[in-house]
Amino acid sequence: MTAAKHIAGPATGQAAGVPADLQSAGTPDLPPHAGGSAGRPPGQHGAPEARVGQIRPGRPIALAGALLVVSVIAGVAIGPAGLSPLQVLDAIATRLPWHPHLAVSSLDSAIVWQIRLPRVMLGALVGSMLAGGGAAYQGIFRNPLADPYLLGVAAGAGLGATIVIVSGGSPALTPPAAFAGAVGGVALTYLLGSRARPGRESPAPGGATGSILLAGIAVAALLTAFQTYLQQQHAQTLAYVYGWILGGLSAASWSEVWLILPYVAVAAIALLAHRRLLDVLRVGETEATSLGVDVDRLRLTVVTAATLGVAAAVAVSGLIGFVGIIVPHAIRLTAGPSYRVLLPVSMIGGAAFLVLADIAARTAQAPAEVPIGVITALVGAPFFLYVLRSRQARQDT
Amino acid sequence: MIGIDHLTVRYGGTVALDGIGGQIADGEWLGVIGPNGAGKTTLLNAIARLLRYDGAITVCGRRTSGLSRRQLARLIAYVPQRPVLPPDMTVSEYVLLGRTAHIGYLRTETAADRRICADAIDRLDVGGMAERTLRTMSGGELQRVVLARAIAQQAPVLLLDEPTSALDLGRRMDALELIDKVRRERSLTVLSAIHDLTLAGQFADRLLLLAGGRIAARGGPAEVLQDAVLTAHFGPGVQVLTTDTGDIAVISRRAARAISPRSDTRP
Repeated sequence: MTAAKHIAGPATGQAAGVPADLQSAGTPDLPPHAGGSAGRPPGQHGAPEARVGQIRPGRPIALAGALLVVSVIAGVAIGPAGLSPLQVLDAIATRLPWHPHLAVSSLDSAIVWQIRLPRVMLGALVGSMLAGGGAAYQGIFRNPLADPYLLGVAAGAGLGATIVIVSGGSPALTPPAAFAGAVGGVALTYLLGSRARPGRESPAPGGATGSILLAGIAVAALLTAFQTYLQQQHAQTLAYVYGWILGGLSAASWSEVWLILPYVAVAAIALLAHRRLLDVLRVGETEATSLGVDVDRLRLTVVTAATLGVAAAVAVSGLIGFVGIIVPHAIRLTAGPSYRVLLPVSMIGGAAFLVLADIAARTAQAPAEVPIGVITALVGAPFFLYVLRSRQARQDT
Repeated sequence: MIGIDHLTVRYGGTVALDGIGGQIADGEWLGVIGPNGAGKTTLLNAIARLLRYDGAITVCGRRTSGLSRRQLARLIAYVPQRPVLPPDMTVSEYVLLGRTAHIGYLRTETAADRRICADAIDRLDVGGMAERTLRTMSGGELQRVVLARAIAQQAPVLLLDEPTSALDLGRRMDALELIDKVRRERSLTVLSAIHDLTLAGQFADRLLLLAGGRIAARGGPAEVLQDAVLTAHFGPGVQVLTTDTGDIAVISRRAARAISPRSDTRP
């Protein structure tokens, strides 16, 4: 499916489908010789009237939403004490405001509400931020390899979490420390890499992007060096630090969900609000500038929003890899490259993907858990390659 | 009207434009000519404020340095020499980008924006291609699509950097005729850098000859396109002919032969 599919209406030339105001706007003021020098083929009667339709991301959003609902129900149903989808729905329904009277055992209710649902919700929030942040970074840096950890979020979060763990701080301090490290890492990258001084445009549009990316690599290397040093100096916590870095949702509870929900909501709204401007950026920073976009401000806004959301996600789940690259690209290849489609569908699809990956992570070797990052790579990479190859095959024919 | 006053642009230690000045009247088509590296593109980029410069530029009576990007884009539409053409983008989506400066920040385009774009697409006879992706289009078609985006921008000033360099001679004529027609319909002020001196003389109202970052000559085509002026900057092989119909043709002439029978012009 290409982006063209999201433009509503028949392609062209069908007078019946052309609104009356368009028909009258096009023809009467055309002089008889119009298009003569423009080489219109002879024998073509009347002007083919263009229809510029709206981009409607409704269908891919509906499909991704359906997948998310199925994933959430599966995520709550599947586990050591198996529940049927109906039991899950009943257990959820009993806590809804209008409160239908259903026969739900208190054990089922506890499994759903205290164990499974918070974990599924947390996975959905984390997945939506990783995939949405990845899509936004790919747009803002116009680089298909950009992922949400690009500017030092992961290295900063890792350092923050490691400092708390090796110094014997309370486990409750780990998420705030990881969040602070993640935000600090990106801020450092941006300050070092951006040549634009505050309140002043960079001299040449586009000059800043490359240096921000390079600064991100340097800052990540530096923070990772500190983190590795600390980790090696404290052998007794090595396994714990390593487990945090690998990432996972095993510590999930409602308090984590409520903790990150505001950041996720603000980040999601801010990123979605800029989806049209990310489409303008597809023609490059110079042309976007001449079309009226303040590229420096757009970049700062999108990076800030993505950083808040991704840092919050990372703070409660560790460093889960591959989601931020694989999900946006799979969606780009199937639903088209427009950010108006890509950004919302990546967030919904990323949520579904991480919920499904977590099911695999906690059931594959139950009662032990496989690190979820292993699952996302193991399942995500082959799936991504399949989508890539089938897309290529379609283009070759 | 565009006013330029003591415009100087430096790239590191190199002076690309050296204190040039001048005015372009409303509705005028100014052709900027000159050898490679003369500063043609730099001049257009400075007017569009895409680089840092010293001096003052006013468009429609307002200094461009004090305008926001949105305000500037409502005054100036810029067609670069090699536009970025995302292969997966449809013609409709691409032309809609021209409305960026008219759509509120964080808003989406209205039916009026879409109508303006449909009108621009029809105007450039690419209506039948509105849903095609840019990947599938020829060079001449793409040229029209890029122009349609600039027209959808509805700015009174149109900057064109070598608008026809990728086209064959017939399509160059078509494209320039189209630009001429559109600018007359909408009384646009056009500033175009253009290599082809013959076409520059036929389409522009006035010519500006840049050389080494300075203005070497300016005036009507007949004043600027003269043997003595051109050979000084393009080399001795350039010769100006006037046809019986009064058209000025600038041709290249090889040193070894008297007058080459070939009629192509020296770029």
